Amino acid sequence: MKAAQPRLRALACSGLAVLLLLALLSGQWWLGDLPGRMQFDARLAPPGLDHWLGTDALGRELWARTLAGLALSFRVGLLAALLGSAIALGLALLTTLSPRLDALVRLLIDTLLSVPHLILLLLIAFALGGGLQAVVIAVATTHWPGLARVLRAELLQLRAAPYIGISRALGKSQGFILLHHFLPHALPHCLVGALLLFPHAILHEAALTFLGVGLSPSQPAIGILLADAMRYLSGGYWWLGVFPGLGLLLMVLGIERIASGLRRAL
Amino acid sequence: MRLALATLRRLLRLGLILLCVAGVSFGLMMASPVDPVDAYLGPLAAQVSPEQRELIAQRWGFDDPAPLQFGRWLQQLMSGNLGVSHVYNQPVGEVIGQRFTRSIALLGSAWLLSLLLGFTLGVMAGAKERSPLDKVISAYAYVTASTPTFWLALLGVLLFSVYLGWAPACCAGPVGVPSQDIHLATRLHHLVLPVSTLTLLGTASITLHTRARMVALMRSDIATHAFAQGATRADIAWRHGVRHASLPALTLALASLGELFGGSILIEQVFAYPGLGQATVEAGLRSDVPLLLGIALFTTLFVSIGNMLADSLYHMVDPRMRRPRKPGSIAS
Amino acid sequence: MLRIEQLSLALPYYPRFWRRRYATHLDQLSFSVAAGSVHAVVGASGAGKSLLAHTIMGLLPKGAQLGGSCFFKETPLDEPRKRALRGRELALIPQSLSALDPLARSQHQVNWAARRAGLAPASARQTVCQALAHYQLDERARRAYPHELSGGMARRVLTAMAHVTQASLVIADEPTVGLDPAQRGRVLDALAALTRQGKAVMLISHDLRHALNIADRVTVMHEGRCVETADASAFQGTGQTLKSAYARALWQALPDNAFTIDTEYARESHFA
Repeated sequence: MKAAQPRLRALACSGLAVLLLLALLSGQWWLGDLPGRMQFDARLAPPGLDHWLGTDALGRELWARTLAGLALSFRVGLLAALLGSAIALGLALLTTLSPRLDALVRLLIDTLLSVPHLILLLLIAFALGGGLQAVVIAVATTHWPGLARVLRAELLQLRAAPYIGISRALGKSQGFILLHHFLPHALPHCLVGALLLFPHAILHEAALTFLGVGLSPSQPAIGILLADAMRYLSGGYWWLGVFPGLGLLLMVLGIERIASGLRRAL
Repeated sequence: MRLALATLRRLLRLGLILLCVAGVSFGLMMASPVDPVDAYLGPLAAQVSPEQRELIAQRWGFDDPAPLQFGRWLQQLMSGNLGVSHVYNQPVGEVIGQRFTRSIALLGSAWLLSLLLGFTLGVMAGAKERSPLDKVISAYAYVTASTPTFWLALLGVLLFSVYLGWAPACCAGPVGVPSQDIHLATRLHHLVLPVSTLTLLGTASITLHTRARMVALMRSDIATHAFAQGATRADIAWRHGVRHASLPALTLALASLGELFGGSILIEQVFAYPGLGQATVEAGLRSDVPLLLGIALFTTLFVSIGNMLADSLYHMVDPRMRRPRKPGSIAS
Repeated sequence: MLRIEQLSLALPYYPRFWRRRYATHLDQLSFSVAAGSVHAVVGASGAGKSLLAHTIMGLLPKGAQLGGSCFFKETPLDEPRKRALRGRELALIPQSLSALDPLARSQHQVNWAARRAGLAPASARQTVCQALAHYQLDERARRAYPHELSGGMARRVLTAMAHVTQASLVIADEPTVGLDPAQRGRVLDALAALTRQGKAVMLISHDLRHALNIADRVTVMHEGRCVETADASAFQGTGQTLKSAYARALWQALPDNAFTIDTEYARESHFA
């Protein structure tokens, strides 16, 4: 019975994590305007019973801001991961059509992979002028090549499979093979790939925002909160720096564990 | 002969990729909403009349079609002219050179330390799967892999500089002292915190990769045979494990130079360390297009060389690749 | 040298992912191996021969259930003693060539085996040199990596590794698989030579014919059970002196012996 435990435990953990994420996402309504509400008599208050995680320089509740930031990060990460894996899937499927297209996609993958992620992110965010949309596009654009490479290798193997040859010999069109053989095979890999992209996407969004080229400073993003905290660091206002980062760490760790658990299950 | 040919092909590919990177980044700069004249003028933009702006645009051909501008830029690039950075008022090549010499101390030591530390931890964890040591090390690796780089740096500043006062919180040396007067010990003191932060983050992937290799080895026929010879786990880890895991670890470390550089950008920002990473952020925030393009090309070169080394490492070191078996090479 | 009494082995398996069952792989096995002789253990694949070797060496995975007892030199051979003796008194020549480390030169691997047997560096070097010469491995073969060796040479390297341990019981697991007749002869001769030094050799093989070339006694295994243990001399003619029908069938099924399936055996319901 012992061997059963890790799997059951993983299941329970995933369930709990999904519940937490749902709570986080629905945070937008039950938090209301709390993340932005200023309390003039409670500026830079340390964590305590009145202010759970303390307040910032404008007297805003840190716990509310952290939760709102996590929800924002989650949304950006989700959009970017979905967009990124869609691009990866589309291009990987394209490579099956002709060797010339394959070479082109490979060159594109190699090109994007040889620029450090953060530099490329900076370039794209710069080109698009910052903001939520720019961050999502930038993160998606930088993260698809890794996944596309995996999918391409997977499809390359599949292309040599006998049943594809048979299908071809039966006179099925390329489009038919693409839709009925390649796509169903690539989809599960793509889903897991998207989940694995997710934590990276979140971390890179936070990094970009922290550097000041991502989301606008008026939004309570984790990167903004931490960049703010930098300014109050020498004053010993530790809670400003510790909690938002800790929240981000826990969220990323949770998603990463679920993703790798799923990958092992597949 | 075969090796020379392979190297030549790799170099050609590298050239092609650099060209593509140049194209992509130039395209991105063209697409940017930032007015090129503003970017050229920098802080002087407020002092210039519309007629003068027109003259500048004519002189540099800002209104020409994009391919023409790209061709001109490439031509300049070939002759070694990367343009002038308006943030630092210096030629881009000089800025990159100066900044990179400062960053290389940070990057190099963090790279080496994370390789050594990650490898050691990975071997120790993988030697006995599911042992308490393995659980602790794996947990450490998973947590650091999910830790935002800049947050860890921030915690480091908070703990070691603000509360304990052990390490300086800023810069590559004391503020206001010319860099040539800074003593080596002082420089090192300023490097300790950034290097350890970058190291801690870099170890995670190498630890996990090495651990996976070790676990696979410990389940293999090789390990069973060694156990049958009376070897202990430590003996197997030392004699077989190090052989089997060191090459993959080194390859991974070489192939992840890009991530290391990304980490250094964030860490230099937190510690206000005047290296290439900080220059990158400055260039991005203050629309210094020539510098941004220069840095993009330079770091691509840096990362691609790492990738190339990683690719060729196996061919140079692994005996199965280095000395491929020719049929009947050794008859019995 | 080695006496096995009522040895049973069950390994866990998971029919559904939360349920653990035990499958019996060795069932009440008994025989003994005498010093200075070759004892062959013969059976079809899946009969549990390799598991028997791993059981004696103490190389089973965690969770294995063992029953019965083993005696080595008349002293009970329990797990701690197996761990202490393997590589010193007990040596295994593994079945698969993948047991050789592909990244280490063959002479180093032989040297490691000697060091693991507890030899001092100097005497290890000397022993290794002698063993390599004994198995006709020349300078090139000593410096070669496993992938550069032919199958027969790799087998001889594995045999040399067992040889340098100076163990008194050598278990050879399918040492002749994939070898041509000349190579096979050399490997078997090398094993027979070990017995002349007073060692015991347990030869595991699926091929009765090859095993009989050097075996003194033969144990026939079938589905984890010991069908019969007999002198090698019993395997001649029509095998009339063999007690069990399965052993007789095995003998008569050999190409040289009429290639027939014993009608008497076919009537029995062993296979059903």
